Amino acid sequence: MASENIDVAAIATRARNLRRLVIEMLAAAASGHPGGSLSAADIIACLYFGVMRHRPQEPFWVDRDRLVLSKGHACPVFYAALAEAGYITHDLLTSLRRLGSPLQGHPDRRKLGLVEASTGSLGIGLSMGIGMAIAARLRGSPCRTYVMLGDGECEEGQIWEAAMYAPHIKLGNLCAIIDFNRLQLDARVDEITDLQPLADKWRAFNWHVLEIDGHDYDQILDAFAKAERVTERPTVIIAATVKGKGVSYMENQLKYHGTVPDKPEDVLKALAELSGGRS
Amino acid sequence: MIRRWTSPLEPGLATREAYGRTLAELGEENPRIVVLDADLSKSTYTSLFGKKFKDRFFDVGIAEANMCSMAAGLAAGGFIPFASSFASFLMCKGYEQLRVCCAYMEFNVNFVGSHGGITLGEDGPSQQSIEDVALACSLPGFTVAVPADEVSTAALVRAAAEHYGPVYIRVGRPRAPKIYAAGERFSFGRAKTLSYGRDVTVVANGLMVGVACEAAELAERRGIDVRVIDCHTAKPLDEATIEIAAAETGAIVVAEEHLSRPGLGSLVAQAVTHRHPVPMEFVGMPDVFAESGTPEELLRVYGLTAEHILGAIDRVLTRKVTGAAVVAH
Repeated sequence: MASENIDVAAIATRARNLRRLVIEMLAAAASGHPGGSLSAADIIACLYFGVMRHRPQEPFWVDRDRLVLSKGHACPVFYAALAEAGYITHDLLTSLRRLGSPLQGHPDRRKLGLVEASTGSLGIGLSMGIGMAIAARLRGSPCRTYVMLGDGECEEGQIWEAAMYAPHIKLGNLCAIIDFNRLQLDARVDEITDLQPLADKWRAFNWHVLEIDGHDYDQILDAFAKAERVTERPTVIIAATVKGKGVSYMENQLKYHGTVPDKPEDVLKALAELSGGRS
Repeated sequence: MIRRWTSPLEPGLATREAYGRTLAELGEENPRIVVLDADLSKSTYTSLFGKKFKDRFFDVGIAEANMCSMAAGLAAGGFIPFASSFASFLMCKGYEQLRVCCAYMEFNVNFVGSHGGITLGEDGPSQQSIEDVALACSLPGFTVAVPADEVSTAALVRAAAEHYGPVYIRVGRPRAPKIYAAGERFSFGRAKTLSYGRDVTVVANGLMVGVACEAAELAERRGIDVRVIDCHTAKPLDEATIEIAAAETGAIVVAEEHLSRPGLGSLVAQAVTHRHPVPMEFVGMPDVFAESGTPEELLRVYGLTAEHILGAIDRVLTRKVTGAAVVAH
C-alpha cells in the first residue's frame, strides 16, 4: 500500500483540523459552501499532507505539483489546507469573503497568488489542468497536475471536451478527482441528470479509472499512488463522499450546499462533533 | 491631399495568411510560443506553425471552450499561447473561457479570430462574425486589434507575443489590399493617420481601411479633403488621435465590417462625445445577420463599399457645424 510510508494518523488529524477550520471560517463569514468543503476534506488532506510535492517555504517552486480546484465553491477547505500547511496564517482565515481579503468567495489568483487557477464557474478547471500538464511536459518538469471536480459539475459539456482530449495526448501527469457526494444545488444529482454509469463514461474516453471511498485514507492514498504509476494516460479517481461529512446535521442535507449555520449553538455543535473524533 | 497609400491599392496576402506566416517565424524565434487550433488550422493558417513545431502545436478538435481554457493553463505554465478558430466560434463558444480563464485571471493568452466579418461569404451568417470585436472589447483588460493588411497583421501579431496580457486579434478571409510598406512599425493603441485631410475624418479598421482609402480618393475628386485613420486597435482606443481629428476636421465617419452598435462606431462615438462632440455617421453592419453570397455582393448589399462611405461623408458634411455657426450659438 502506498500509505505505508505515510503517517495516516497524522493525515486524519489534519483532515479534522481542516473541517474545524471550514466551520470557523464560514461562521465568521456568515456565508459560503460547507457541504462540498466537508465532503472534499479527506481528499484535500491527503493531497496536501501525503501526496503533492510542494514547498511551503518556496510557494512558487517551479516544479511544485498543481491543484486546480475546479469546484471553486469548496475553497474554504483549500484555504484551510493552505493555513495548515503554513502558506498563510490561521488568523487570515476569518477574513474569508470580506472586502479586500485574499480569501475571496471563490478562489481568485489576482488576490491570492497561491491559487493556481481562479475558479467558480463550473466546468472549466479540467481544461486548464490539461494546459498546465502539457506545460509541465514541455518544460520537462516532473510535476503533476491534480484537478478536483464536483459530480454535479460533470453535467457541464466542457468537462467532456477535456475528457476526450487528455487521453488523446497521453497526459499521464494529469489526475482528476471527482468528489462524488451525490448532491448539487437544486436536488440530488441523479434527480437532475443521472451521471451513471460514470466510471464507464470515463473508461470509454480512455481514462485510467479508479473508484474509491473518498473518506478512507488508505484507499485515497493508494489511488493517488496508482495514478502516478500510470504514465501513458490520465487518471480519474471517482471518490464516493458524503456531503457535509463530519457534521451530523449537515450530512447529505441539500440545504448545506450553500448555507451556513446561523445559530451559535449549531456552530458549536458542529465544532464539538468535529473535535470528538467523529469524522 | 497627401496620402500614405499607393493608388490604386495593390492586392496583398489575406490577413489570416499573414498571421500564420508570422506565427511560424515567431515559433523559430521564441520557444515559449505554443499554438492551439480547433480543427480549422488550414483555414486559419496555424498549420504553417503546426508543420514546423509539432510538439508545440495542439489541434484540440471541434472543442473551442476546451481550447481556450487549455491556452490559459499553458500560460500558467509559462508559455505564450496563440489560440485560433473562426472569429464567430472562438468568441461565442469561448467567451466565458476568455472571460474567466484569461481576462479575470489576467493571463497572458493571445486569441486570433479568423474569417471575421461578412467577407467569409458563402458559408453564411452562422460562420460570419459581426459581433466578435464588441465581445472582446467588453472583457476587462483585453487588448483588441483588427489589422488592415499583411504588414500591420504581422506587426500586431508580434506585438501580441511581446505584450503581457490577453489579446484578441481579428483577421479576415479574403486577400487584403496592401496599405503599408514593409517595415512600418505598429503598437497597440496608436492609430495610424493615413492622410491628413481637413474636411472630414474617416476612422476605419480591418478590411474597411482599404475601402476608406478608395472613398477618400473619390471624395477628393469632388474637392473634399478626407482624413483617413486606421484605428487598428479598438481597445485601448487611441482617443488622442480621434480627438485631434474631431477638432481639426469637425466631422467623423466610422467604417467597419462589424456591427456599428456595438462596435468601433460606438467606441469612437463615446470618445468623441466625451472629448469633442462633432456630427458622426456610421458605416457598418445594420442590426441583422447577413446571408450567403460572395464577399463583394455582401459588402454591396449590406452597405460596406466606398460609395457607401462617400454617402456617409456627404451626409455628415451637411450636418457639420461651421465655425460661424458655433459663434452664432
